[in-house]
Amino acid sequence: MSAHKPLPHDAAPLHVTGQARYIDDIPTPANTLHLAFGTSEVAAGKITAMNLDAVRASQGVVAVFTADDLPFANDVSPSAHDEPLLATGEVHYLGQPIFMVAATSHLAARKAARLGQIAIAAQPPILTIEDALAANARFEDGPRIWTKGDVDAALAGAEHRLQGEIEMGGQEHFYLEGQAALAMPQEGGDMVVHSSTQHPTEIQHKVAEAIGLPMHAVRCEVRRMGGGFGGKESQGNALAVGCAVAARATGRPCKMRYDRDDDMMITGKRHDFRISYDVGFDDKGVLAGVDFVQMTRCGWALDLSIPVADRAMLHADNAYLLEAVRITSHRLKTNTQSATAYRGFGGPQGVLGIERVMDHVAAHLGLDPVAVRQANYYAAVVSGGLSAPRATRPPEGISRQKKNTTPYGMEVVDFILHEMTEALLVTADYQARRKAVDDWNTANPILKKGLGFSPVKFGISFTLTHLNQAGALVHVYQDGSIHINHGGTEMGQGLFQKVAQVAASRFGVSMDQVKITATDTGKVPNTSATAASSGTDLNGMAVQNACDTIVARIAEIIAQTHGGAPDDVVFADGMVMSGRTTLSFGQAAMLAYTNRVSLSATGFYKTPDLAWDRIKGQGQPFFYFAQGAALTEVVIDTLTGENRILRCDILHDAGSSLNPALDIGQIEGGYVQGAGWLTTEELVWDEKGRLRTHAPATYKIPACSDRPHIFNVALWDAPNPANTVYRSKAVGEPPFMHGISALLALSDAVAACGDIYPSLDAPATPERILAAVKKVRG
Amino acid sequence: MKVTFLLNGETVEVETPATQTLLDWLRNTRGLTGTKEGCNEGDCGACSVIVTDATTKRALNACILFMPQLHGKSVRTVEGIAGPNGEMHPVQEAMIAHHGSQCGFCTPGFIAAMAAGHANGRTDHDDVLAGNLCRCTGYAPIIRAAMAAEIAPSPDWMNERAAPEAPAPFAPESLDALAAWYAANPDATVIAGATDVGLWVTKQLRDLDAVVFLNRCRDLQQIVASEETITFGAGVTMVDVHQTLKIYHPSYAKMVRRYGSEQVRGAATIGGNIANGSPIGDNPPALIALGATLHLRHGEVTRTIPLQDFFIAYGKQDRAKGELVTGVTIPKSAPALRVYKLSKRFDQDISAVCGAFNVTVEDEKVQSAVIAFGGMAGTPARAKAVEAALVGRPWTRETVQDAMPAFAADYNPMSDMRASAAYRLEAAQNMLLRYFAEISGQATSVLEVQP
Repeated sequence: MSAHKPLPHDAAPLHVTGQARYIDDIPTPANTLHLAFGTSEVAAGKITAMNLDAVRASQGVVAVFTADDLPFANDVSPSAHDEPLLATGEVHYLGQPIFMVAATSHLAARKAARLGQIAIAAQPPILTIEDALAANARFEDGPRIWTKGDVDAALAGAEHRLQGEIEMGGQEHFYLEGQAALAMPQEGGDMVVHSSTQHPTEIQHKVAEAIGLPMHAVRCEVRRMGGGFGGKESQGNALAVGCAVAARATGRPCKMRYDRDDDMMITGKRHDFRISYDVGFDDKGVLAGVDFVQMTRCGWALDLSIPVADRAMLHADNAYLLEAVRITSHRLKTNTQSATAYRGFGGPQGVLGIERVMDHVAAHLGLDPVAVRQANYYAAVVSGGLSAPRATRPPEGISRQKKNTTPYGMEVVDFILHEMTEALLVTADYQARRKAVDDWNTANPILKKGLGFSPVKFGISFTLTHLNQAGALVHVYQDGSIHINHGGTEMGQGLFQKVAQVAASRFGVSMDQVKITATDTGKVPNTSATAASSGTDLNGMAVQNACDTIVARIAEIIAQTHGGAPDDVVFADGMVMSGRTTLSFGQAAMLAYTNRVSLSATGFYKTPDLAWDRIKGQGQPFFYFAQGAALTEVVIDTLTGENRILRCDILHDAGSSLNPALDIGQIEGGYVQGAGWLTTEELVWDEKGRLRTHAPATYKIPACSDRPHIFNVALWDAPNPANTVYRSKAVGEPPFMHGISALLALSDAVAACGDIYPSLDAPATPERILAAVKKVRG
Repeated sequence: MKVTFLLNGETVEVETPATQTLLDWLRNTRGLTGTKEGCNEGDCGACSVIVTDATTKRALNACILFMPQLHGKSVRTVEGIAGPNGEMHPVQEAMIAHHGSQCGFCTPGFIAAMAAGHANGRTDHDDVLAGNLCRCTGYAPIIRAAMAAEIAPSPDWMNERAAPEAPAPFAPESLDALAAWYAANPDATVIAGATDVGLWVTKQLRDLDAVVFLNRCRDLQQIVASEETITFGAGVTMVDVHQTLKIYHPSYAKMVRRYGSEQVRGAATIGGNIANGSPIGDNPPALIALGATLHLRHGEVTRTIPLQDFFIAYGKQDRAKGELVTGVTIPKSAPALRVYKLSKRFDQDISAVCGAFNVTVEDEKVQSAVIAFGGMAGTPARAKAVEAALVGRPWTRETVQDAMPAFAADYNPMSDMRASAAYRLEAAQNMLLRYFAEISGQATSVLEVQP
């Protein structure tokens, strides 16, 4: 059976030979036009005049569009219809598209786009958290507040109490393939759009609105993205819509891809956050109550900021049972790029808030930070077998008999971090290394080492419940070859291969019998974005259901023609067996075909047991939790703040992994990306609202040597108690949060310089680390 | 311009504009879309290709490589790294087996860089691949693949050399011809490796009227050692500078290992790094601390000046129109030289501050001190007040600490996206402490710490 095998990525042979095709690699007709946006040089203001004569006169220009030239909807927002494709009278951030050029080459379009003369009456931009609070510039009518227990009483009655604050920066996705789209006009006004998107249905939807046609007139196809990470959930809308509008107007195919600088100036990034906390706790560091205030800059448009900020609140507990907690969330509106989805979707920010609290509490009490975390964990849950009713039992040594509920009232019925933590501490040799690090720090005045531990418990499901559905289309041809299609998109995570492994397993055939095909809104409609780590859970199940429909039909016809019961027909090793009859899968398919049995089926899946009220902050937003733990060791230079990650050990829960190789790839990659977020990746805006870090020359994602040189990643490998596809667990986002252990390790190293808690903000650049060293030294 | 080179083993003759990039030509004209554009500024490596000439085989960034630079060379793209019958190269096989690709967009560039490293017998994979960014894998599986491929022999089809070819009028072969041409065309843009000028074209979208290419001028590519000095021709690439520095100036060489990336160092020249006058170029501080002299030539006239005098003010150097930087001379020996590059990321990052220290001590007293920094002023500049606070005093921690405040007299740095002014100043001061500690034998480099 193919499921659970560590097979390479299905496209790996194409990747390494340069044959894998991305949007800009698709051969296009000779008359294809290339688009570029002219963008605002001002962060906020009113457009008073626009002279585009020089743009029109520029070499190769075929058409120029402003908001007035758009025939139907001027909107690329995924949510609140507040995001025009081209600015209408006002500009809201520096980089906002104002006009669009269609020219005979990419270079000609880029050159022309710089020639626009736009007069803007500038207004003072709202850039910072303080600016936004002062202007009461926010989304929603006021802060969202969720509570559990009596926080004020818990804080007042606590033996110890601390306040603090952590700033954490945003993050550029830096998908290696920039945003890109290609629109090909069809007969009768129909449009085919190739888009580098995580959300083909949304591209179809926004394009249809923009060209004034029903969704059935638009087909969106996505074979693969060169990286997504959330940055292609909504940010590709503008390019696809722009191409479709220009293609409709000119009758010519239109392609748009952002130059890297344009991509970084125009598109949204991870939300930056400031989280302040007031925490009460006992002598063992067990929290009595905690009051969080989360501030986030959402940028100029709503985009996905509401569910992002919600998820930050939903992860304010991370792995810890909080008896009394209040989470207040301010979603602030600023004249910057509209912050958007990014791997973890607010979760990492919420988790970092409570991990800072755990660290601060441990430092205050002089306790081991791992022990403080263990003391605050949710109670262990021992499952009574996969199908039996679950029973909860606190582990020995934990005397608390409290209800194991999250701040939002969901009972935690699958919590394995006690065992996972113990196992990781052993394999990573924590106690001995803790002593070695302390010894090193005593002996070395300039270079200091640190250790950081962080667990993660990440909720799996879209919090907008209706998105938790997926469809599939499976064909078996008369020769026994199989064509599978589903609503998920491939961005490198290996979704297509995992789903193909499911299909091959259902039919009992080898992987080469199964053809993976591009995501296509004409094959599977009404898809959800490939996001929230849900790709395999949803689409794997949908494909499984479609396969099982066909398997049942084939079994039925075999039973009819060869005797026996349909249930006794076995599909394995490329054969179909019933009693004494054994057919190849191809023969079985031919038998079904000649007996006029349909060999094509759709499949559908919706996640069960979800109920969520986001205003009250109560319910069951998640199907289950994926868990894991990481331990990182670092060294810092106390003279400059320079630092290295020396070693990282991770134990991660991917359930019964569908593909351990691909899952370990997600974990390694997620860790390095998470560590990058908190170390070298710094977004800097100047006082005018201009992003100064808009290319890899100035924005530094981890390079090869930044990975931990000792990097031990292991899977916990226990079946998911929840009934997921082959009992696997989602693995896209959860490992990103292991990167938090790197920041905690840096903080630990800084703490070795003195007696004051470092309160290290992120990203912990050398500059921030040096400042923290100075502070700790008093 | 008419350019002839080998592309994946086949001779091609191309009539090209001077500043057309190889990447654009490959993708738009030739239809070879395996090589990717990730950043169009030489910082991500997705466009890496292998360029072979008579003596070297290097991975270079095709996005900032102009077509005329390829004249007489051989180019191998990802499409040509697999064999003529589709046989995979060992690094390709290893990348599949070790799960080294996820989204796959950076992969062709990695394959090119890995295959070049493989052909050259390199096993320092972190350095070979420092110029290739991957956002998916965290690099660990890529390094596993590179290690797994080490022992496999380099396939035959990789062992090519560029065919000899006719001279190119746009790229003079001798310094005499070059100097005469440039004196007669003083408004022309001189292009060496194009790691800077490339961005004028790809990012500033500038049209360059007259250009001249230095890459075929052998007179500028010499490294000449005398008994006491080494002279680098201005056209010596930083890869070759690095090799020489490893022998004579190991601390400077350690800095150069982090300068740009393999792809950038393979194209960039030491002369270009000096002549462009950048206040954050990484060679000048070290060269000034070594007391380097700079050689210039205008037509027939040559002159030699102390390098530190070349940098007059921001954007202004002591170079006449039509005058070429032809080389730089440094002493062979400077055991006290230490060079410290400070940036947000270790590899392939532009310095926030780059400091070079050369303090000689005799009888426990500071005999001489030359300290120079980049990133602290509008030009690379000496820290003369600090030097004065050290010379003649006992070489002790107290002396160093007493001298540190003098940095504020020497420099008034600026704040930008790389660092604040205050951090730059403090880090520069602390580098003097580090220098003292390192010379005294203390552990000072996080790069040398093991877990």
